[in-house]
Amino acid sequence: MNELNPSGWRPSTGEIGTVDVPPTFTGNRALQLEEPLIFEIGSVDQCGVDLPDADDEVLPGLPLRAAPVDLPGLSEPEAVRHYTRLSRQNYAIDLGLFPLGSCTMKHNPRLNEKVARLPGFADVHPLQPQQTVQGALKAMNELAHWLITLTGMHGVAMTPKAGAHGELCGLLCIRAALEARGDLREVILVPESAHGTNPATAAFAGFRVENIPATAEGRVDLAALTARLGPDVAGVMITNPNTCGLFECDMKAISDAVHVAGGYVYCDGANFNAIVGRVRPGDLGVDAMHINLHKTFSTPHGGGGPGSGPVVLSEALAPFGPLPFSARQADGSVRLVEEENAAEEGHSQAFGRMCAFHGQMGMYTRALAYILSHGADGLRQVSGDAVLNANYVLRSLDDVLDAPFGAAGPCMHEALFSDDGFAEGFSTLDLAKGLIDEGFHPMTVYFPLVVHGAMLVEPTETESKAALDQFIGAMRSLAQRAKAGDPALKSAPHMAPRRRLDETLAARKPKLVWREA
Amino acid sequence: MPRYFTQDHEWIDVDGTAATVGITDYAQGQLGDITFVELPAAGADLGKGDSVCVVDSVKAASDVYSPVSGAVTDLNEALAEQPELVNSAAESDGWLWKMTLADAGELDALMDEAAYQTYVAGL
Amino acid sequence: MRYLPLSDNDRAGMLATIGAGSIDDLFADVSEAARLPGPIPGLPDHAGEMAVERHMSRLAAESVPAGSVPFFLGAGAYRHHVPASVDHLIQRGEFLTAYTPYQPEIAQGTLQVLFEFQTQVARLLGTEVANASLYDGSTACWEAIAMAGRITRRSRAVISGGLHPHYVETARTMAKFTGDVLDTRLPELSAATDDDAVIAAIDGATSCVVVQYPDVLGRVPDLKRIAAAAQANGALLVAVVTEPVALGLLESPGALGADIVVGEGQAIGVGLQFGGPYLGLFGCREKFVRQMPGRLCGETVDADGKRGFVLTLSTREQHIRREKATSNICTNSGLCALAFSIHLTLLGGTGLDRMARASHAQAVKTARALAQVPGVSVVNGAYFNEFAVVLPRDARAVVRELADRQVLGGVSLGRLYPGVDGLANGLLVTATECTSDEDIAALVSALKEVLA
Repeated sequence: MNELNPSGWRPSTGEIGTVDVPPTFTGNRALQLEEPLIFEIGSVDQCGVDLPDADDEVLPGLPLRAAPVDLPGLSEPEAVRHYTRLSRQNYAIDLGLFPLGSCTMKHNPRLNEKVARLPGFADVHPLQPQQTVQGALKAMNELAHWLITLTGMHGVAMTPKAGAHGELCGLLCIRAALEARGDLREVILVPESAHGTNPATAAFAGFRVENIPATAEGRVDLAALTARLGPDVAGVMITNPNTCGLFECDMKAISDAVHVAGGYVYCDGANFNAIVGRVRPGDLGVDAMHINLHKTFSTPHGGGGPGSGPVVLSEALAPFGPLPFSARQADGSVRLVEEENAAEEGHSQAFGRMCAFHGQMGMYTRALAYILSHGADGLRQVSGDAVLNANYVLRSLDDVLDAPFGAAGPCMHEALFSDDGFAEGFSTLDLAKGLIDEGFHPMTVYFPLVVHGAMLVEPTETESKAALDQFIGAMRSLAQRAKAGDPALKSAPHMAPRRRLDETLAARKPKLVWREA
Repeated sequence: MPRYFTQDHEWIDVDGTAATVGITDYAQGQLGDITFVELPAAGADLGKGDSVCVVDSVKAASDVYSPVSGAVTDLNEALAEQPELVNSAAESDGWLWKMTLADAGELDALMDEAAYQTYVAGL
Repeated sequence: MRYLPLSDNDRAGMLATIGAGSIDDLFADVSEAARLPGPIPGLPDHAGEMAVERHMSRLAAESVPAGSVPFFLGAGAYRHHVPASVDHLIQRGEFLTAYTPYQPEIAQGTLQVLFEFQTQVARLLGTEVANASLYDGSTACWEAIAMAGRITRRSRAVISGGLHPHYVETARTMAKFTGDVLDTRLPELSAATDDDAVIAAIDGATSCVVVQYPDVLGRVPDLKRIAAAAQANGALLVAVVTEPVALGLLESPGALGADIVVGEGQAIGVGLQFGGPYLGLFGCREKFVRQMPGRLCGETVDADGKRGFVLTLSTREQHIRREKATSNICTNSGLCALAFSIHLTLLGGTGLDRMARASHAQAVKTARALAQVPGVSVVNGAYFNEFAVVLPRDARAVVRELADRQVLGGVSLGRLYPGVDGLANGLLVTATECTSDEDIAALVSALKEVLA
């Protein structure tokens, strides 16, 4: 075992499964606690909040319900225990390395949580008179300023509520700009390695999607792209660094060619964290790019949102950005530009509104605290260490795992492997599930689609060398087991709160709500 | 009753001017466990190559294209409750829809069983 | 830098393993011209916790928090009391720093919460099923309109004047690009909702009727009647709820016949947060489930036969369907859904009923007190916790003058409907269980001063 675990990190010495452990009465396994549904333990008249008794008069003329909503309540101690027990069935960054490629699971600083909860940000209503929300507006504007500075762009639309919403915002800006010049182009070019959101968004914004092939080195084929440009092409959507973990070295040439052909360049900024502080997308000719604040600026993923996807815009697209947004006035105060004052603020070409209110304030304050904490030197180190960690993983594993683009030179912030060379019947999924038993979250699997059996590993900059070495040791062990065809790997995980789940059953007979049996 | 195949892995049985359409056993094997079949509207007019319905597995959703032109005459209602029929009997009980055959000449462009097997072997 | 664990020694050793001379060498694919030679100009260097906290605290102090003054704002965002345990539990690292539960074996915590959340939402909205949440109420409202279009294969939506204007604007933005036609109207300052106008506008091309319940002026439309009229024409009724606490007292839209019910969940557990992140609620009939947008969690079993939960029906989603997806949405609003679910679990049906009644009672007191102010008249007949009043002059100016007196008195209709003359004197006033009798007295006295 030590041989497979070169870091020497707590090598396992015992044999697993040599003793038959009988099932427990409760189904619990020591600290692994089973937890029923609230519908099985709560009751409609139990309550964990003290409120006045309900004997107040009710106005006539209302369609009153006959009985309280059938919602189970719990007392506070029961509720705290229920959710605490459930929380312990989750893997999380706070527990260990979370190498999900393209998702950027980095440490979430707790200072950011603290400042986001300051009442001047958290307890203000979006429609309070502007004189009473100057602090919140200034924080929003300050973040906007730094996002523009870091990307070298001209303006920023803050309201999009997540990355995909930001993509949509960027494409709607392109639509609006084309409409304004009376040029109804309908094709958006998307590299075949793109995340599925890109074509989904382009189609949603009313464009027709065409794929651009990749080169053997995993980058956009510049020649093929240039050949396709023409008067029907509205623009391109390019992820940079791309989903194979590589920087698109022809980005400036791509942008120039697209601009000459009258189109616009949308950059999917999902991987901006790899270049933040070192490269400004504005210098590469990008017209619009969304920034996932949860990736680059470490707002918590929260088990699936909320995200936040501000879109930085070039001078050509900025006039079309959506309402509302904040603008600093000559006197230093910050004013919200909404429908009523858009014209006087010189923003009458805005394509509209993407949501109620001003976007994800709670995410802005966290991202701002992150940027101020790191500063210019720290952010440069962030991207540097993220890329260093990924390359360290790549070069520590490329002798035992196939690395499809490993020969192309250094990767950016994520290392790409494939299951080429595994024993017959063993695939990426088995290695991923084996990682669970080793105490890690699996990497991103089967993405990007251009690589068969892809495994995309993104360690992020907030992992120590010791943590990386432990992960590398586990990966080497698993690679060997997958190549040897270890049957125990095929049925992993064995030690998680649940074994592999029947997704076919879930999809054939969907049970989406609890109903009394 | 002659059976023809398409490069998109549909099969079509022809009986005079009536036809039955499904996906091939090879296709169901590639898709894995089928979880849902979205059938076309009864009576719909189909053009050759039109996307007619969608077959969902856990991880993929695949369009099924009409091999020929014609109108939908019948749907395999059993698939609503048992989509797994497409897995267990893709080329018999797991049929998708029946249709009229507007132009028998369109069949000439399709493959016969032997040609399809050769085609699949080359994939 | 406190967040970066690597030492210079570590870096040197790792570079040796990689075979690179420096970190900069790893960026060789970036052309020289695009690479910044040093730290980005304009941004100061790193700062300690103390300095950042001080800066942020100073900024925050320039806002007037809702909890620090008498507060009567609503219009799509509501201030209810959130129990302390809610914020404590959502900050547990296993919830806060988890990813979307794509690896269900080690994400049962999040998944079970989502399953419970979906059930709670379905019961609250009165629908058969609900999804795992969307961005917010306004985007959920658009998604419902788009979904109704997919189901009915029609593209004309009839929209009540009682729908929040930001929701209308959001839908208008999207509809411009999808070709949907939105038949919109403005609200009028009268006690009656526009049920008749909406019903008259339904025709054979109508995909759905969109009605807010209670509406933007706090009035309560007759959903049952509108549902019958819509369904008689093959159209769907989309009901929109911006104040979910109202459903503690009022019959659910689903029970009244709505086919799709969407809502803003912010009022329960989430807090004001200056507009976001919020929580889009989405429920509908079970037969529409494969046309639903957003993530869904479903029950299943594991290899040992134990009950477990997974994200399911993902073939509707963008990462599989690409340009044929039901929507381009990737994220839900997971942590806000968790907060909502915990708060609702602490309340239970009875607690929600009490919270709703307490909010209603304070609103009734507020309306009665305001009706005594000279020049002020209450528009609504019935309402839940929000109502409109007409002031003798432009309500926007009045709101600002009230704020000068440390009273946040409501939302002026001029802010929501700029340039609409007939609404300029309208003010929306909201009360919740947080509203004290002293707050009401302070509002009345400040308003008397301002209007004097």
